[in-house]
Amino acid sequence: MVRVLIPSGALGLNYDKEALARGIAAKPDIIAIDGGSTDSGPSYLGRGVSKYSRTSTKIEWAGLMEARAKAGVPLVIGTAGTCGADTAVEWMLDITREIAAEQGRPLKVAVLRSSQDPDDIAADFENGRVTPLPAAPQVDMDVIRSCSNIVALAGAEQIAVALDTGADIIIAGRTTDTAIIAALPLLRGCHAGGAWHGAKIGECGALCATNPQSGVIMVEFDESGFVVTPLADGAHATPHTVSAHMLYENSDPFILYEPGGHLDVTGARYEACDGTSVRVSGSEWVPSDRYTVKLEGARPAGFQTVLMVLLRDTHYVANAQSWADDITQKCTAKTCDRLGLSPDDFSIELRLVGQSASFGALEPRSGAPTEIGVIGIVTAATDALSQEIGKLLNPYLLHHPLTVEEEQPTFAFLFSPAEMPRGQIYEFALNHVLELQDPMQAFSLEMVNI
Amino acid sequence: MRTLNELVQKIRSKNAGPFWLTIDIFCGSETAYRDVAENLRTADVAKALGANSQDLKRFDIPSLNVIKISLPRPTVQGARDDRDMHGASWAALLAELQV
Repeated sequence: MVRVLIPSGALGLNYDKEALARGIAAKPDIIAIDGGSTDSGPSYLGRGVSKYSRTSTKIEWAGLMEARAKAGVPLVIGTAGTCGADTAVEWMLDITREIAAEQGRPLKVAVLRSSQDPDDIAADFENGRVTPLPAAPQVDMDVIRSCSNIVALAGAEQIAVALDTGADIIIAGRTTDTAIIAALPLLRGCHAGGAWHGAKIGECGALCATNPQSGVIMVEFDESGFVVTPLADGAHATPHTVSAHMLYENSDPFILYEPGGHLDVTGARYEACDGTSVRVSGSEWVPSDRYTVKLEGARPAGFQTVLMVLLRDTHYVANAQSWADDITQKCTAKTCDRLGLSPDDFSIELRLVGQSASFGALEPRSGAPTEIGVIGIVTAATDALSQEIGKLLNPYLLHHPLTVEEEQPTFAFLFSPAEMPRGQIYEFALNHVLELQDPMQAFSLEMVNI
Repeated sequence: MRTLNELVQKIRSKNAGPFWLTIDIFCGSETAYRDVAENLRTADVAKALGANSQDLKRFDIPSLNVIKISLPRPTVQGARDDRDMHGASWAALLAELQV
């Protein structure tokens, strides 16, 4: 039997301290927490930074380091610093060093790095070792080389290598959400289907139970399956909440691909143990012939400046789309004329909040809003150019009339300056897998004593 | 005609990675599940989402009274023309769909 204590779905989302203490009292074999995902968008991977506040991360990580010392078991974080790039791993290691010094406790830390050299991945692409997953974007070697960060998602094999070092703490770069939970049960010979299924159910903390924001859960793995138990007061797992969690952020509710194979839960059975815990068995792990790891990459996609203005005049609210279309057309022409650019060199887009900002032309509803917020989005090749075009757009948003006859209108700017530079923007560029001869081939492990 | 929202308990849309969108229709009861499974046409769902029918993966799951629809994201998450970083609002298009 292997007990994995999961404090929450991600470090930075907070956890219930009493429930964590309850988990420590129940003698876990490991504490595992996820540090990120792609869900907050390409900028974090593009820049190699965390989305969460350093202060919150440090407070929560310090609590887990205390709990680890009390339990005397390893503490592992996967996808450190939101994106799991090497710079984010370094950030997490710095935080860990500060806390270790403050807590007066020397530690052995295993650092697993997942960043890839874009030139190496471009060469792998040319040699056919990088292959697309469904709905992957078209890429070529230049696209791959233009990525500012590429990470490979480690699986249970790489986490197992880190665990074998006997480290107190493992700080891992990008891993699959499940690998940090499944690794120890797999190492100790628990049921492979159960290990991966329990890991998927547990990876979002208490989201697989009622009172989902309470965070802390324990998953106990054995030779035929697993038992999941939420630990906060008032949180209960039921066969329904647990089985429904396979739907979550997963395009196929029965199959989950991992490095080295896939999980199939078609035959899984969910039984209530009591009012709080659920036992799951019958899930199957299907090994693959090739060992592949998924790649994520983000690359610069220009610089952006945004402006916001409010329309409250009923005439303009009623005709906002024509007003916006006219501005886009006139400002695009003026930008080409004054800056000597072609329309392909930049973009100006106005989105109408309160009318169609969510879906644009796909929006089936129409109504009579009280007011409309207009977001002007300028994208161009350089920061200076995006701000310059933002300044060309400014007078239109402030004063553009629907007809030439009417008195010059003025609309409500929220801020001065009205132009808000957003800096460099990024886009996801890879939805591919990389074939490896050896699981550690794309990863590196370093031991650090702090 | 009724809206899908009137028939079911909850509809949730999320990213399934940066390139896929997934929408879970929690019917809430076996009766509602059977009603929706029979009357919700995949072609209508595709049209509401601005997608091609053949790109949609549909899972009718009676054990959960859930119908799940997955599709390649109409715009890649966070791309310049994306309007919804977490895929949060797509559920609304199905909630308001006439069934």
